[in-house]
Amino acid sequence: MSAPSPVELDEPEIADVVVPATPWVTIVWNDPVNLMSYVTYVFQKYFGYSKKKSEKLMMEVHNDGKSAVSAGSREEMERDVQAMHEYGLWATLEKQE
Amino acid sequence: MGGFSYHRRSKQIIATFTGFEADLLRSLASQLVELLRNEAAAPRESEDPLEAMFDFSGPTTEPEDPVLARLFPTAYREDAEAAAEFRRFTEGGLRDGKAASAATIIDTLEEAGLPPELTEDGLMIDVELDHDEAESWLRSFTDIRLALATRLGVEEGDEDYWDSLPEEEQSAQVYGIYQWVGILQETLVDALWGGQ
Repeated sequence: MSAPSPVELDEPEIADVVVPATPWVTIVWNDPVNLMSYVTYVFQKYFGYSKKKSEKLMMEVHNDGKSAVSAGSREEMERDVQAMHEYGLWATLEKQE
Repeated sequence: MGGFSYHRRSKQIIATFTGFEADLLRSLASQLVELLRNEAAAPRESEDPLEAMFDFSGPTTEPEDPVLARLFPTAYREDAEAAAEFRRFTEGGLRDGKAASAATIIDTLEEAGLPPELTEDGLMIDVELDHDEAESWLRSFTDIRLALATRLGVEEGDEDYWDSLPEEEQSAQVYGIYQWVGILQETLVDALWGGQ
C-alpha cells in the first residue's frame, strides 16, 4: 500500500479506545428564588441547548423538583456543577442510575 | 422604572435608575461583597500551626452562614469526602467570582455618576452594559436575591403571606426590595435575549 505522503500515521488500535465509565449526571434542584426565565437562560447559555430544550428542562426542575441537565464523565459533571453554582443554581452530581 | 432594554444600534444593554435606586443597588452589592469576604474561606483544621499557616487550600466544610451555604451548595449529596474535595477546589474561586460580579455593579454605577454619598435630589443614573458586564450584573442579581430570600426565609408559593404583612414591617420592606431586584433581573434576561 502506498501513500502520497511520507508521514506515517499510526492507526488507532481498538484497545486504545477508553470505554467510558458509568456516566455521571448533573442535577439541578428547584428553589423558590430563581426566575424561570433566568434558569432557561442559564441552560441555553452554558450548555448551548436550544431555547425549547432549555425551557423543557427548566419546567422539569419547576414541576418535579429536579432535573438531570447534563451527563458525562465525573470531571465534566464537576465542571458543570461548578458553573451552575457560579450562576447561583442549586446543583449536585451523582452517578447515573 | 422600566428596567433594562437592549439598544440595537449600540448593541449595549441600557437602564436608567433614580439616584435612590442606584444607591440601593450599590448598597446591596456592597453587602454581598462584605459577606463573601467576611466569613473567609476557612482552611482545613490542622494540628500543626505551621502547616496551617501554609495551607492555602480551600475549605472542606459547608459554610455556617445559611446564605453562604446556599451560594456554595454541597455538590455530592451522599459522599461527604467527595463533597469536601469539591468544595476545597471550587469554593475559593466561586467566592472571588461572585465578589467580582458584585464589584462590577458598584463600579458601573459609580462610573455612571453615582456619588459616594447620595445628597442630590433628582439625580438620574444612566447605565450602559456590554454583554459581559450584563452577565455579571445578571449573576450578581441572583446572588443578591438568594441572600435576601435566605435571610427572609422565602418559600415556594408564599407570596400571599408577604403581601399580607403591614407595610411598615421591616421584613415586608426587605421583601419589596427582593421583588424589585427580581423584576429588574427579569428585564435583564429579556434584554440579553434581545441581543442574541
